[in-house]
This record gives sequence, structure tokens and C-alpha cells, in this order.
Amino acid sequence: MTFDSLSLVLVLPIFAAAMLALIPGYRVGAWINVSASFLTFLSAASLFVVERPAPGSYLHVDDLNIVFIVLNTFVGTTAAFFSASYIGHELETGRVTRATLRFYHAMFQVMMFGMNLALVSNNVGLMWVAVELATLSTVLMVGLYRTHAALEAAWKYFILGSVGIALALFGTILIYMSAQPVLGEGLPSMVWTNLIASAPQLDARMLNVAFVFLIVGYGTKVGLVPFHAWLPDAHAEGPTPISAVLSGLLLNVALYAVLRFKMLMTANAAAVAPGPLMIGLGLLSVVFAAAMLYRRRDVKRLFAYSSIEHMGIIVFAFGMGGPLANFAGLLHMVMHSLTKSAIFFALGSVAQIKGTQQLAEIRGLTQSHPALGWGLVLAILSIAGMPPSGVFMSEFLVVTTSFSRLPLLAVVLVLGLVLAFGALLLRLTGVAFGEPKGQDAPMHGSLLPLWLHLALVLLIGLHMPGPMVAWFRAVAALLG
Amino acid sequence: MQTYAFDISHLLAGSLVLVSFMMIYQDRLYALLNTFALQAVLLAAAVAWQAFIQGASHLYASAAIALVFKAIIVPWALHRLVQRLGIQREVETVAGVVPTMLAGMGLVALSILLMLELTTTTESALAREDLAFALSVILLGMLMMVTRRNAVSQVVGFMSLENGLILAAAGAEGMPFVVEISVAFSVLIAMIVIGVFLFRIRERFDSVDIEAMEQYRGERRS
Repeated sequence: MTFDSLSLVLVLPIFAAAMLALIPGYRVGAWINVSASFLTFLSAASLFVVERPAPGSYLHVDDLNIVFIVLNTFVGTTAAFFSASYIGHELETGRVTRATLRFYHAMFQVMMFGMNLALVSNNVGLMWVAVELATLSTVLMVGLYRTHAALEAAWKYFILGSVGIALALFGTILIYMSAQPVLGEGLPSMVWTNLIASAPQLDARMLNVAFVFLIVGYGTKVGLVPFHAWLPDAHAEGPTPISAVLSGLLLNVALYAVLRFKMLMTANAAAVAPGPLMIGLGLLSVVFAAAMLYRRRDVKRLFAYSSIEHMGIIVFAFGMGGPLANFAGLLHMVMHSLTKSAIFFALGSVAQIKGTQQLAEIRGLTQSHPALGWGLVLAILSIAGMPPSGVFMSEFLVVTTSFSRLPLLAVVLVLGLVLAFGALLLRLTGVAFGEPKGQDAPMHGSLLPLWLHLALVLLIGLHMPGPMVAWFRAVAALLG
Repeated sequence: MQTYAFDISHLLAGSLVLVSFMMIYQDRLYALLNTFALQAVLLAAAVAWQAFIQGASHLYASAAIALVFKAIIVPWALHRLVQRLGIQREVETVAGVVPTMLAGMGLVALSILLMLELTTTTESALAREDLAFALSVILLGMLMMVTRRNAVSQVVGFMSLENGLILAAAGAEGMPFVVEISVAFSVLIAMIVIGVFLFRIRERFDSVDIEAMEQYRGERRS
């Protein structure tokens, strides 16, 4: 078999992980990590142009997952780049050892492999195994610093994530059992393209129950309230590049799994409509997380709650369904990934400069570090939904669609958005302006990924390129 | 032959549920680990029986994994862990035994009602009842995880939950990936156990009591 783009997306990370596990030097390791991520991104991007392989029993590429894969590998690359400039300093301050760093770089690629595999798998069983792999590798990274708090966060993530994933497996088994009378025993009944093709004949009642297990299971990983308890701790205690990857990518992978099964439910006329369940969970997440934003003392925890809020908006949009809402949901997902990872890149540098993550200790960044401070200001304004960022555009679309379709719920949604906006602006003025305060260590983290992401978010907000609009429209139609 | 096959698999799946109940009221860690080992042996037997009647030889591998890994290695490792941490004393439970048992019965009733109602169109009675029992084991495992505070017994609860999943997967005729899923879960469990060992949860937290860990939760005060 020749190596086409699709297999390269999987082979490169696994090869890099093996190599990184063998190479002792952390500087070399960091740059191998960056180049492997970048090559993976190139092969993912080439999926747009090369002819797609026919869907097999295990892997496939379609209009939907290509968006996720390209986004995944792109943010993976910038996170690896940021990490390369950032992680050396963590060694100097003694938070990690050389051996841990070697482990960290290898795990980074294992995690990328897990996420890419989950996205390209054409098989619900394989997808489950891949999501589990990605979860396990991130658990190990969250506990990397081995402090009280980091171990507790990792343990909590592990236990909650494991229960979630166990429930998702039960849902997967039920999907298989509903397909087995139609598609026959064995592998064909787990292949996604077969499932969706024969969705109308599947046993609807079995699908209903399966979907409940799947949305609770994968929803735990998306961070939907009330299954979100692991998320703030995992974001706050892990290394910052991993917080960026968690928020920007891993939540999306779980969301992708939910979307796939949502498509299956929509395609079966007799099954319960999955929309209301998703709308309810999404709205609950938005309002709850927005209220929780107010009393945060830890800056990474603050933005972890903001991630819950944005995942809520996205799930709400996809729950409404229809071309416009799906378009808005997709766009918001991309914008959130880019902006939120940019924020975490900035916070990593901030935490290294100030030596703390406490909000009260961080003051006047725009004065002491203009490039970093203003970058953070712009990123926070974007995530709060100020025009002209792309987040504004997608939020605007979600809100207008919900006003025309579900006016009462739209009021609740807007309330949540306004609450979150207020909380973020309140924090922003404290962190960015006023007299600089506290420690002022030299900055190590690169600012390039931050500004690159911001530029993209702004560009898409000002003028979304035509081909991208067309592509998203096609995907939105596919989602139903 | 058909009814005979049905009766045996029914018996084995039913005893798994029974052992789940036994685990709920064990209030000593050693006894809990022994009961868990018993459940793993029963699971191995149930999966091997499914392999035999379905003629699916790959399921024997799952059964072997359950027997060697979950009935022998993990209980032994946890035994040593409990000994080393010196926590052989009573297990705390959040609620009393009676309310927990009542809740457990409610969950079993719920899962049997749900699954039997759901699978009326499925021809094979075997798959129906297997699924009902499997969901009961899963829910009882979750119940155990929420009613225990001790990290070791939470791990045992999770493993018991996972026994239910393997039972369900083995009962779904011709389902692929059962062996892979067994392996994946074994890796997961090995990591939990190794994590408790290596990260020295006792040393870090002076206790494997989750409640003690939770004191560190939330915003750290600098």
C-alpha cells in the first residue's frame, strides 16, 4: 500500500511518537514535535485537493470530518510550536524533569494520533477506541507536574472520563445491536457509511436509548453541564499548551462523535428527534458556565469555564439544526478553537512572567508587556464576542437563528451571552490595565502562534473567503 | 440443546448481577477485592460460554483476559496496595447499606424493564436477557462508584462497571472489536492501578480517601 494523505495523517504522529520516546534531548524533541505536527497538518490540508479514497471498513474522509481534521492538525502545530518555546523554561524552574519532557513530547504525538484516528474512523467501534486513547494520553499530560492539585485534577478527569467513555461504549453496543438485524453480523454493522445509508431501517427504539448513552458519554468529554466537573481542574493544572489543546481540539473531537450519532438519529424518521436534548444541555451549559465565570480566582480556570460556555453555544446551534444553525455552529466551533487556544498561549506566557495563575496577582499587562498584553486584550474581546472578530459573526448567526425559531430560548441564550461578556470584560480591565504589579520574569513563550490565530479570527470575521463559505454550506446541509 | 445453552448463560449473567449486589454491602477492602475476583471469574465463564455457543473463538481471548488479568493480577496488586497503605480497616460508605441496596434494586428493575421493552423485536431471547443483566451490572457499578469515598473501592466499582460492558459486548452476537475493547479496558485499568502506585496517592494526599483529596479542589490560595 502506498502512503496516501489519509494514512500519512495517522502514520506521521505514531512514527513521531516512537521517535520522540527514543530521543533523550528535549530541545531536539521539541522541534521534532513541531515538524511532525506541521507535516501532519500538510498532509491533512492536502486531503482537500487529492482524490478521496473510497470509504473502507475502518477509515474514510468526507466533507464533514475534513474540516475537523484540518483544524485539529493546524492547532496541534501551533500548540507544538508554542510548547517548544515555552516548555524549556518549565525545566529551568524545576517544575518538570528531562525524563518527563521526553514523555511529554511522545505523549503529545500519541494524543494527536488518537484525535486524528477518531476523526477519520469510519467505524463506531474504532472511533470509541481512538477517543479513549486520546483521553488517556491527555490524562497523563494533565498530571505532568505531579503536584497535589495536578494529580487530583488528573484523577478526577480519569474517573469521570472513564465513566463517560464506558457509557459511550454501551451506547455503541446498542447501535450495533440495532444495526445487526439489518446489516448482518460482524464488521459491516459498525461501519458508519453503512449505518447512515440504512438508517431508516434501524430499530428506532434501540437508537433512542443508544443516543441517550452516547450523548451522556461523549457529552462528558465535550464538557457539557452537568457532566463538566473534570474540565476546569484539568485545564488549570496541566501544562498550558495542553490546556490549549484540550479546549481547542479534544472537546471538538468528542463533539464530532456526538454529531455523527445525531446525523444517524435525524436520518431515522421513527427515532426521537435528538435536537431538544442537545438544545437543553447546550443552554444549561451556557447559562451555568456564564454564571460561574464571576467568582474565579485562577485565570486558566476562568477560561476553562468560558470553554464550557462556548461548547454549550455550539451544541445549542447543532441541536437546532437546519442549514443556517449548522453553519453557525460549525463556524463557531472553528472560531472558538482558534481564539481559545490563542488565549491559552497568551496565558502560558503570562503565568511564566508572573509566576502565578492568580487573577489578583496579574495587573497592567499592556504597560509591562505591550505585545503580549494587547494580544491578550484582543483575544479576550474576540472570545467575548466583540465585532469584528469571527466569534461575533458566528454568535450573531446563532442568536438570530434562535430568535426566528425558538424565541423564548433565545432570550435565555442572550442572557447567558451577556453574563459571560460582563464577566470577561470585568476581568480584562483588571488584568490588562492599571499599574503593573508582581513579579516580572523574562518572557520565553513565543507570541507568533497567538498573533497568527488572532489574525485568522479577524480575517474570517471581516471577510469569510468564498470557498470556505461554500464548503461550510455543503457541510451544514450534510448535517441535516 | 438450545434451552440448555440459554439456561447456562442466563445463570452466569444472573450471578454477575448477584455478585454486584454482594459488592455493594462489603465494608472491608479485602472482602471487596475477593468478591470482585469472584465476579471476574464469573465473567470469564460467561464470556467463554458465549464463545462456545456462538462458535466465536475470538471471545475465548476476552475470557482469558478477564480470568488472568481481572480475576488474578489486579486483585492481587490491589491487595498488596491496600496492605502497603495500611487501609485494611472499614470502608466508608456515603449512604447506609440499606438505602444503597434499595437503590440498587431500583436500578436493576429499571434496566430490566427498559431492556426487555426495548428488545421485543429481537429474535434471540439470549441477547435480550444478557443485555438487561449487563445494564444492571453497569448501573450497580456506577452506584458503587458514587457511594464509596475510598479511591481503591472506586476503582473496584469502575472495574465492575466494565465487567458489565464486556458482558454486553460478548452477548451481542458477532460484534467485532470485543477483544480489542477488552484489551483497551485492561490498559485503562492497569493505568489506574499503576497510577495509584506510582503517583503515590497516599504519599501525596496522606490518604487514598477521595475526601482528603477534595480539600485541594478549587482555587488554590496562594
